[in-house]
Amino acid sequence: MSKTSRTAITMPARAKKGSIIEIRAIAQHDMESGFRYTEGGKIIPRDIIRVFTCTYNNVEVFKADFYPGIGANPLIIFTTIATETGTLEFKWVGDDGYEAVNQARITVS
Amino acid sequence: MNPSKTINRRQWLKSLQKLSLLALGTWFSPMTVFAKKEEADSAIKAITGGASIKTGRVTLVIPPLVENGNLVVLKVSVDSPMTENNYVKVIHVIAEGNPLPNIFTAYLTPRSGTANITTRVRLADSQRVWAIAQMNDGSFWQGYAETLVTLSACTEVV
Repeated sequence: MSKTSRTAITMPARAKKGSIIEIRAIAQHDMESGFRYTEGGKIIPRDIIRVFTCTYNNVEVFKADFYPGIGANPLIIFTTIATETGTLEFKWVGDDGYEAVNQARITVS
Repeated sequence: MNPSKTINRRQWLKSLQKLSLLALGTWFSPMTVFAKKEEADSAIKAITGGASIKTGRVTLVIPPLVENGNLVVLKVSVDSPMTENNYVKVIHVIAEGNPLPNIFTAYLTPRSGTANITTRVRLADSQRVWAIAQMNDGSFWQGYAETLVTLSACTEVV
């Protein structure tokens, strides 16, 4: 797996203050489980995303640890409360120096 | 020939068929086949540290019949007001039939608003999947879902 890859965030661009918004975060990644074998019988080493974090104006609001049980191109849908206008930063960190960052703006009225 | 007699015979055969299906059903029921596996048990112990787990409040949704175990939509929700004094701290998902039972761990805060997480997981076998939630007061709650997997994940050769 390369050092970084494409990611996508789906969330509302504007929201009422105090409302709950749904965020869908997806990253392009094979999530090689480390339980598969090549035709030659050699085990394919594990290569997965380990941690996903979401910060809202630099305050961590959500974090998840991934294990090989997460499917390829991990999608995670979670919620947060729209507190203030600002930026949400999403970060995926994985094996072999993998790191991907994505940002989304939200306007809270 | 008496027509009522043939009907009776047919009905009797039908009922016999139903009965045998029922017996077969209980024989293959996931409840009897999958007791909580040791590995999953130790994974759960590692999470709770031996604390008792109460049943309820946690709802886990996975399709009851899965064609391909490589990508299964899993939804977990915990019944909680998610206020400063009463919220879900951590949600763990454990699949007892997977080579590594842990699937994911999600850390929530009162700012999450709700305790609903959706993701896509791999399932190696027909099995029971557990979700364990830890509240901010330290108590543990659990829920589970059963599923039948036709094509297993992690067995294919590249």
